[in-house]
Amino acid sequence: MEEKQEKMALLDVQKLRVSFDMYERGLQKKELEVLHELSLRVYPGEILAVAGASGSGKSILAHAVMGILPGNARTEGEIRYRGELLDRKRQESIRGKEIAFIPQSVEYLDPLMRVDRQVMGIRGAKEKQETAFARYHLGKEVERMYPFQLSGGMARRVLISTAVMEEARLIVADEPTPGLNAEMAMETLQNFRELADEGCGVLLITHDIDLAFQAADRIAVFYAGTIVEIASVADFLAGKEALRHPYSKAFIDALPQNDFKPIEGFQPYAGNLPKGCLFAPRCPMRSGECEKEIAMRKIRDGEVRCVHAT
Amino acid sequence: MNRLKYIGGTLCRMLTLLAAVSVLSFALVALSPIDPLTAYIGTNSTLSQEAKDAIAEHWGLNDPPAKRFLAWAGNFLKGDWGTSIAFKKPVKTVIGERFSYSVALMLIAWIFSGTLGFLAGVFAAVKKGSLWDKIIKTFCLALQSAPTFWVGLLVLSLFAVRLGWFPIGLAAPMGKLAQDVTLGERIYHLILPSLTLGVLGISKITLYARQKLIEILSSDFILFAKARGENISQLVWRHGMRNIALPAVTVQFAAFSELFGGIALAESVFSYPGIGSALTAAGLSGDVPLLLGIAVFSAIFVFAGNLMANILYGLLDPRIKEGRANG
Repeated sequence: MEEKQEKMALLDVQKLRVSFDMYERGLQKKELEVLHELSLRVYPGEILAVAGASGSGKSILAHAVMGILPGNARTEGEIRYRGELLDRKRQESIRGKEIAFIPQSVEYLDPLMRVDRQVMGIRGAKEKQETAFARYHLGKEVERMYPFQLSGGMARRVLISTAVMEEARLIVADEPTPGLNAEMAMETLQNFRELADEGCGVLLITHDIDLAFQAADRIAVFYAGTIVEIASVADFLAGKEALRHPYSKAFIDALPQNDFKPIEGFQPYAGNLPKGCLFAPRCPMRSGECEKEIAMRKIRDGEVRCVHAT
Repeated sequence: MNRLKYIGGTLCRMLTLLAAVSVLSFALVALSPIDPLTAYIGTNSTLSQEAKDAIAEHWGLNDPPAKRFLAWAGNFLKGDWGTSIAFKKPVKTVIGERFSYSVALMLIAWIFSGTLGFLAGVFAAVKKGSLWDKIIKTFCLALQSAPTFWVGLLVLSLFAVRLGWFPIGLAAPMGKLAQDVTLGERIYHLILPSLTLGVLGISKITLYARQKLIEILSSDFILFAKARGENISQLVWRHGMRNIALPAVTVQFAAFSELFGGIALAESVFSYPGIGSALTAAGLSGDVPLLLGIAVFSAIFVFAGNLMANILYGLLDPRIKEGRANG
């Protein structure tokens, strides 16, 4: 672990805030913050899974890294790629080359363009596309297909092959497995593992914690628009004692294979957040301190955003 | 098998449409104050009452409307569309002659409005929210709400009267024999009316292309293409055009009905001897056979436009073409 920290992070996100301008009744402009002070690092050769409930804003993180947020979004904080600030200009010049995005579903393919041309993209060569298809066991006949003709598994592999067209160092995968059966999901994860073993950093965004357990090296627990804990998979597998944040612990308890014990209450809505710690209203350990601003701190080889964590 | 079914279904729909159009037009004419006899002999005719009655009896004007309709429809099916009162020629000949003039006019207007409208729409969508977008949008909405004859008069007074660039009307120079008219002169006379007609059709396709492209540009696959490094012009050319061209062509084919409606007014304003002005003349002179003939003809024309759109869609959209082959 120590050794890892010394390596330069491939992706370094520090105190990222993303907010959207919304118009409420009348023409009153309102700012809705969906990511709050989010920090994480992805190192070369590892898979970092960002796990959290569906609809809690995880995709926004992926879109912010790729620079494809909608026009009414505003970002604060820093995103660095290999030590360099990843601003709009830099994003535009390296996305699709050094940073590859793997989207959720076949909906992200142009419905009227044949798959081979689509995988080739704007700079890809035919041979590269053929190599990529061979690598992911896509038959020759798939090349001439349109997205609507792809099966779920084929679509998945087509989307992954877009990521290996160029020598991407960082792969951002947004929910790559829903709709796949267990076997296909495992295959997909295997593909990510291979890419990481080749030296890529993979940011894997998922709501499926089991998947994160199986594929990732480290897991970042996403709650209400921020990351409350980052720890190695080993800590998660060891059980709640090895974890740091009360939410991660409760989360482990809530899993069907453990106590299946639900957490009281629900995640706060982005427009209506508590002060200080976002989990405090549901937390058994809450105290006056929790209403202050909570910073991310290092404990036992992991990172946590909680004043009570030990 | 599927294709046969499609053709059969289409033919069936066309026949029912034509039947409905002819019944409706006939009923409207029968209910209208038009008296075919008066239209034929004129209001200050010196014909005796007996002679009038004899003609009415001979034409079957005293028969109940249903019987008259069946007589007309029977002849119509046999190819006898009747004789135009206003032009003193068989209805079929009049429609044929007049349509050959109109077809050039409509074609130019259609292509002009289609290409220019499409490009303007794409431009507005790419520059969404900009001053250009607002100008294009306002212009389209203004045109959409402006009546054809008014735009026609405006164009006429500016380009023909004030500037004198184009002739004020007709399809050829006045006083010239038909065989002496050159192609250049014909085109010269076509420009203003087709411009008017085209300008009127432009707003629909512009607004449609704009709306559709904005929709496409906010879809997930554009987001992904962007994440793979495509810039805005690549997004528009590679994905935007591909996805809006087909629906836009469909809309343009479906606009055949408006084209036919617009031509009646545009041709009247420019005294252009096409099918539109024939229709106006038929209406004004109570020329029932010609009115009915043009009504049925226009239904066929509009139906053909929609049919072409459907066929094109089937041929060009892979989701339909290959989906059918697979299924």
